[in-house]
Amino acid sequence: MFAKINTLHRRDPLHHNFWNRIHLDPLLLTLLLTLISLGLVVLASSDAQDPGLLHRQIIRISLALFLMVVIAQIPVRYYTLAVPWLYAIGILLLIVVLIIGDISNGAQSWLNLGIVRFQPSEIMKLTLPMLMAYYFSQKQLPCSFMEACVGLVLIAIPCLLIAKQPDLGTTTMIAASGCFVLFLAGLRWRYIIGALICVGALIPILWNVMHDYQRGRVLAFLNPESDPLGKGYQIIQSKIAIGSGGLFGKGWMNGTQSHLEFLPEAHTDFVFAVLGEEFGLFGALLMLLLYACIVLRGLYISLSAQDTFSRLLAGSLILTFCFYAFINIGMVMGLMPVVGVPLPLISYGGTSVVTLLAGFGILMSIQTHRKLLAD
Amino acid sequence: MNKRHYFILLLLAIGVCAIAMRLVDLHIFNHEFLSAQGDLRTVRTVNLPAHRGMILDRNGEPLAISTPVDSIWVNPKQYFQNPEDITPLAEVLDLDVRDLAARLHKNRDREFLYLKRQISPELAQNTLDLEIKGVYTEREYRRFYPLGEASAHLVGVTNIDGEGQEGIELALNTLLTGQAGKKRVLKDRLGQVIEDLELITPNQDGRDIYLSIDRRIQYLAYRELKAAVLRHQAQAGSIIVLDVDTGEVLALVNQPSFNPNNRSDRAQEAMRNRAVTDLFEPGSTMKPLAMAAILETGQVDFATEVDTSPGYMTVHGKVVRDFRNYGRLSLPMVLRHSSNVGMTKLLLPLPVEDILDTWQRLGLAQTTYSGLPGEQSGRMVISPTIDPFSYATLAFGYGLSVTALQLAQAYATVAHHGINNPISVLRLEGAPAAREALSSKVADAVRNMLILQENDAGTGQDARIPGYFVAGKTGTTRKLGESGYVDDRHLALFAGFAPATNPRIVVVVLIDEPTQGAYYGGEVAAPIFADVMGGVLRLLNIAPDNLPKS
Repeated sequence: MFAKINTLHRRDPLHHNFWNRIHLDPLLLTLLLTLISLGLVVLASSDAQDPGLLHRQIIRISLALFLMVVIAQIPVRYYTLAVPWLYAIGILLLIVVLIIGDISNGAQSWLNLGIVRFQPSEIMKLTLPMLMAYYFSQKQLPCSFMEACVGLVLIAIPCLLIAKQPDLGTTTMIAASGCFVLFLAGLRWRYIIGALICVGALIPILWNVMHDYQRGRVLAFLNPESDPLGKGYQIIQSKIAIGSGGLFGKGWMNGTQSHLEFLPEAHTDFVFAVLGEEFGLFGALLMLLLYACIVLRGLYISLSAQDTFSRLLAGSLILTFCFYAFINIGMVMGLMPVVGVPLPLISYGGTSVVTLLAGFGILMSIQTHRKLLAD
Repeated sequence: MNKRHYFILLLLAIGVCAIAMRLVDLHIFNHEFLSAQGDLRTVRTVNLPAHRGMILDRNGEPLAISTPVDSIWVNPKQYFQNPEDITPLAEVLDLDVRDLAARLHKNRDREFLYLKRQISPELAQNTLDLEIKGVYTEREYRRFYPLGEASAHLVGVTNIDGEGQEGIELALNTLLTGQAGKKRVLKDRLGQVIEDLELITPNQDGRDIYLSIDRRIQYLAYRELKAAVLRHQAQAGSIIVLDVDTGEVLALVNQPSFNPNNRSDRAQEAMRNRAVTDLFEPGSTMKPLAMAAILETGQVDFATEVDTSPGYMTVHGKVVRDFRNYGRLSLPMVLRHSSNVGMTKLLLPLPVEDILDTWQRLGLAQTTYSGLPGEQSGRMVISPTIDPFSYATLAFGYGLSVTALQLAQAYATVAHHGINNPISVLRLEGAPAAREALSSKVADAVRNMLILQENDAGTGQDARIPGYFVAGKTGTTRKLGESGYVDDRHLALFAGFAPATNPRIVVVVLIDEPTQGAYYGGEVAAPIFADVMGGVLRLLNIAPDNLPKS
């Protein structure tokens, strides 16, 4: 399957050369732009309630795309030089934010630098997989138990700091990105299974240290109807929005649940429900297909990478993206508990789009800087 | 491609399939259920209020109108999600802050609570401008009665929900209310209507009701009655003004009254429409009606004279007494002097059935079917085996009870050449369903007997009006106490009509228990009659029939 996708653009050497010269992957770029456009169409539906929302999002996405193009120009090997420093700075910023950060949505995760406000945890989303990939690329693979333990510590430090904010969604995503590197680094199955058992055993303890709202979310996931006006409200409303869309949806801008404000967070975390309501099964499957194609293309880039660092980094980035999408869509459809994770590249909001497209910039850099080696 | 990569692809495939299946499940298999659930949250059926009809007088002047007002309500559940300072709210609505806070707290689990009802739209807008979450307004209509207490009993009142409680408001509530409609609308989470979807049933506004009342006469009668009740320190009073030709009620007033525009002023005692609910013994005002019944038998000659000497007589072991010894009296003089002995002597030989028959045709002790809530029919128990004394007392108005409206109707029949018109409080659009109750010969004879002559010694002198011939009869009834008739509690009555040569208007005046000054009907009720009747004749521009010939 990868080979097929691969041959699509390989047939035209001129085309190939042109794209390689500007260090962009045309297939990935097309898929990304299609997904982003679809996202903007859905967001436009929310524009009625909050005029200017669409405009602001288009500006953010343009800046993020520009950043992606810039990052794609940088050969990946340069990152290996900077990565330990980036990691250290990231950890430092995470400590700073815990002391002087701004509080938004109940979590102390924003750092205000006067001109820009940003979340240091976003930096860590890219830095942690980079550092992990760097660390394991120096070792003999598959990795040993001790090396895996070092990896776990590298994951644990930022995760604990972010969990303290508290931001459960980001913690999960960053932990996942690190774990994907461990997995791709060939961590033995017996360790993986052992770790899973440990996590299972830790659940009761975890339950006790969780915040009340987090526990409420889990309970609401298990039985939304138990508290239909409180914790279960989001899930019920979201399922209603999706299901009432039917095969082809109610039509663009005609979603009643979202437009009449029955659907909470309609333009951020629950934007997929708006898509389901207005474009029906057809629209939802289309978006799912786009996500799958992007992930497959990303995995292909990871597979065809020529050094371990690139392979591990690309694999981790694309799997994290995939994980993002699954968590969000699963949550919106009531398949998973409500975790504050936006739908990647679709949900309204700047930071996640910037980080994700920067990640895709790295993927494109990995793909297009291979040409020195034999094709 | 190593095993790990296949494993990842497998996981990806499983994930995509799971999501796709769930999407199909929600979009296709649960579509109808979830659609219905969605509609449950957005589609609402709302009532289209029907505007309550107006109550107007016979000339189209308003007696009861609905004006738009707003009620402030709060959704306490929503309010407590994000409680704000309620001090400005309490200030705007003129409520006590602590009371308001306590009420909100007590109802915190409810979703609807009136804060203040029926305030002016401006005040409601000021309240909304505070932009307190969970505070809303509701459009309502408040009933306003321009004539106030003057028309309170007749027009009646509605409760705060706009349902008729008394008077015409109650009697014709269905007509006035109309039919509320229904429509389906799309509402957002805050309950604001976004879009009309369909009209289920259209609303039908209530009908306007035209009463037979003339606002000017109603006010005039009320003013005179109130002044008189105050002047005589009386318990209560009623005045009825009837149109002789049609049987329409031109005015109907009572004292004590109440202000229908003030909901806190609702004492049961004051709200009774005494003119139709309270029964009394008509006393001497019964004598003309008895005289009509006597003549109607055909057994008494119009020129008969009765010897009333020595001013008293014994019937069935009991004494019937006159004020003084009047000697021989013609029939008109029997009425003019209000001679009990004369009436007794005329009545006793006549068959009970014939007399009773006439009185029933006059509508005595029967409901007038005016339609006014609480109307009483009265009582007249007469059997052929009645003892002579009880029979005799009927002739001067004891032993039966009537309402003021019945008395007015009976006098109107006499005034209208014996033709009885049904009583109507609504403006008639056609001719009344009249029927003959007395022969015109008898009716006109009685009418002539009742004309108040200048400088005679009769009881009704104070009822005379310059320029008009006035016919009428006074009455002074002792009231029934716990054990028989009481000496110091009286009912002062006057019933009459004018212009006597061509009667147009009947007025009945009833003053209950005057305590200040006189208590005789001739002294208490007759002057009120003159004031009211004089005013009505002028207002209706009725030509005088007794102008001095120059």
